[in-house]
Amino acid sequence: MSTLRTISGGPTDGTESAGAQMLERFRAIVGDDGMLSREDELLVFECDGFVIEKKAPDVVLFPTTTEQVVQIVRICNEFDVPFVPRGAGTSLAGGCLPVGGGVMITLTRMQRILEINLRDRYAIVEPGLVNSHLTRALQGTGYHYAPDPSSQGACTICGNVATNSGGPHTLKYGVTVNHVTGLEVVTPEGEVIQLGGVADSRPELDLTGLFVGSEGTFGICTKAIVRLTRDPAAFRTMLGVFETVRQATEAISAIIAAGIVPAALEMMDQGIVEALEAAFQFGFPLDAGAVLLIEVDGLAVGVDDEAKKIIDLCRESGAREVRSANSPQERQKLWKCRKQAFGAIGRLSPSYCTQDGVVPRTRLPEILDFIIDCGHRHGVRIVNVFHAGDGNIHPILLFDERDEAQTQRVLQASHEILDKCIELGGSVTGEHGIGVEKLSFMQKLFGESDVAVMSDLRAALNPDGRCSPSKLLPTAGACGMEEVPQIKPGRKAPM
Amino acid sequence: MAERVLDHVEYDRFLDCVHCGLCTSACPTYLETGDENNSPRGRIYLMRAVADGKLPLSDTVQRHLDLCLDCRSCETACPSGVQYGRLIEPFRAATQEQASLAGQDVTRSWFHRGILYGLFPYPNRMKWALAPARWAQRLGLDRLAETLGLFSLFPKKLRRMQRLLPPLPRPERALPVVLSAQGTKRARVGLFTGCVAEAVFSPTNRATARVLQANGCEVVVPPTQVCCGAIHYHSGTAEQALKFALQNVAAFPVDGLDAIIVDVAGGGALVQEYKHIAEELCRENPQQQTALRALAGKMRDVSEFLMELGPVQPTGSLPLKATYHDACHLVHAQRIREQPRDLLELIPDLKLVPLAESDICCGAAGSYNLTEADMADRLAQRKLDNILASGAQVVLSANAGCTLQIQAAIRKSGKPLWTVHPIELLDLSYRNEPPPEFLRVQPTTN
Repeated sequence: MSTLRTISGGPTDGTESAGAQMLERFRAIVGDDGMLSREDELLVFECDGFVIEKKAPDVVLFPTTTEQVVQIVRICNEFDVPFVPRGAGTSLAGGCLPVGGGVMITLTRMQRILEINLRDRYAIVEPGLVNSHLTRALQGTGYHYAPDPSSQGACTICGNVATNSGGPHTLKYGVTVNHVTGLEVVTPEGEVIQLGGVADSRPELDLTGLFVGSEGTFGICTKAIVRLTRDPAAFRTMLGVFETVRQATEAISAIIAAGIVPAALEMMDQGIVEALEAAFQFGFPLDAGAVLLIEVDGLAVGVDDEAKKIIDLCRESGAREVRSANSPQERQKLWKCRKQAFGAIGRLSPSYCTQDGVVPRTRLPEILDFIIDCGHRHGVRIVNVFHAGDGNIHPILLFDERDEAQTQRVLQASHEILDKCIELGGSVTGEHGIGVEKLSFMQKLFGESDVAVMSDLRAALNPDGRCSPSKLLPTAGACGMEEVPQIKPGRKAPM
Repeated sequence: MAERVLDHVEYDRFLDCVHCGLCTSACPTYLETGDENNSPRGRIYLMRAVADGKLPLSDTVQRHLDLCLDCRSCETACPSGVQYGRLIEPFRAATQEQASLAGQDVTRSWFHRGILYGLFPYPNRMKWALAPARWAQRLGLDRLAETLGLFSLFPKKLRRMQRLLPPLPRPERALPVVLSAQGTKRARVGLFTGCVAEAVFSPTNRATARVLQANGCEVVVPPTQVCCGAIHYHSGTAEQALKFALQNVAAFPVDGLDAIIVDVAGGGALVQEYKHIAEELCRENPQQQTALRALAGKMRDVSEFLMELGPVQPTGSLPLKATYHDACHLVHAQRIREQPRDLLELIPDLKLVPLAESDICCGAAGSYNLTEADMADRLAQRKLDNILASGAQVVLSANAGCTLQIQAAIRKSGKPLWTVHPIELLDLSYRNEPPPEFLRVQPTTN
């Protein structure tokens, strides 16, 4: 496969280059307004929410219909160039990085809601629709779209499908794959296929489940059929205040062991509480070791019982106090604090690096002790905010990127934490995806034969590897792949 | 260019952006185009690339920056507290400086000198300039001219201005310098009357004064006050903005006032910016800095002030279905979201229905609807679609520019909707006056 550098280079022999020909073909499909090819307009597409590795595409296209996507993909095949789909570019793992350049197919102009069917509880949407715009459109109907990643105000449904996004409420309601019943996909070779449908139980092979979470390597999603979830009749939101992180993690285990499935169960440690308090002045206790944000929902008669049980369990685990949100406004503010926690870190430190690991829930105390110890050993301050209920941790390592030695220590500490997650029977990503960031962990995480099966599957669906190259699975000697050494951690200072 | 940018922009502000992208869908131009170059994150990236010398300030880059509405919606969305306004405004000042050195100063065009800077900031000149338009409207000549295509002889920007013009009120006498409080005096406040607002929406200022009086406020209206300077500041000619700011400092007896009330969101936001203007332009003059800060510190939006004071319950029934549009310079620049809604909830029988994307810019954005016609029209259409979908009869808008823009869109659609400042509705209720005739039919259910 040629890289697109051959197409963006000018003609050398006096004839029109293949690249120029291809751009003309694209222009005929999407028009002048739907295409960017100037260097100064491509620059902003060189990275997403993951800013360590960068590569600008050679051309960015904004199709508005499935048919346009098909034509674009076919031309990419014809000219043998790689292509990568992109939504809002909020990936924290480099999911939209155009490794090797090529064509970036941006789906942000396909953002319509095509159908909302409340009686059968589904909606059909275009891929570029912003997650929260769907929930907004459903306001007042008694239904919502359950997956609620913290970036839901900006991220797109197709990005959610690609990474199988989670969110605070996945503990009870499940992740994206549990809420997508069908997809329209343009295959890497430019065919349109329909996977699944509106009905829940179907006889065919579950290709929808296969596609969700494939990080764009199996094709481009152009339509999604998503399940709508009934709004809970009632909910109770509580804030448990603990002296130590260990007490808080023990309370988490106790709650789950008691058979309660909270709608959300989030932990924030002292460092995070300090940052959030500076940002939002909620009245969090600054001297507590950790707080748990716990929400239960369901029928009005049930939630009070569950809430009472949770309060008792927290107290038994040593909670200093358990507060309840007394009004919808208070609940909303609590959630706002939690969802904007990462952003508030800017108030603690000039740079930071978020990790996304998973451990079995019962190993939470162990991994947190390890993280604290790891921070001490490397002289790095680490704060924690995470989806405690499903063991998905997000240690945030604070540093100043101008201090190179410290920066290296942060990178080292991050890797040790992720290795420890694997050792404890967990994984290196709970929701951000592998992208390009964690490719090197795949071989640690899976056995050789496991990776081989996944690679075979990709080879069957994406035979030439043109669609989203070098994502999710390591590609030995892949064309167009560039080795980008990881020189520094952190999401600060993107350029 | 890189050095010039670094002269104006505090580089560390770029570093506040962690590139998470949560601002993108809050940006009206990104919502319309889906192009990262037209998103806040993208624009910060572009500005920083220019500052780093990585990109030249090409026409293309300039286009993407010009397309920014300055609505500051991204600041509301940003969890990291990036002060986008503190990036793009100084960046514009740098571009402006560069352009004038190269002899291509856009601020010297007929439009900028004659209209933006020469006419808008002066309510009296505006009234004179608008007199023919008002007579033409009264005699129906404007419609005749439209039919005959006479307006096509106007330059494009003037043509757009003509279309934006609402039915103009009769010129009113200037407000008295002091208006007494009704009942027990609870506060003494200054009233900032604005420039375009006073010329085109003089009834709003009068309604604000009456509502304040009804709430026990003595209202002082200094006749020597001038335009806030927003038009100049936002187009990169900050020096003139400073001149206006200092004139306003002289006009308002800050020490004797509990607050200075503004009923135009854009004006209020800019007066609050006086403290930044003080930092940027009066570095050497601590006295001016103190005075500008004091004035900025006293500024309150009328809804914010009334909710702090504790409003007197209005009693006149207004059985209307209304929806509230968040003016960017109120909701994003001043973070005033609930107060106007809370005030409106006090009006007996008024039904306030939600407006989708209520806090997404309508495309007015100061003089943007004259300088960036295409995007302004797209955003007006988007706003109109959302308004129509809400099923409301009345659109409440607390900013003169938004009102002009929304009224024009509604006129074009031919729908019988009323766009009005929330304070005017409140004023009707305090005075037990009925709504306008054409709205006195029951709303169709929607």
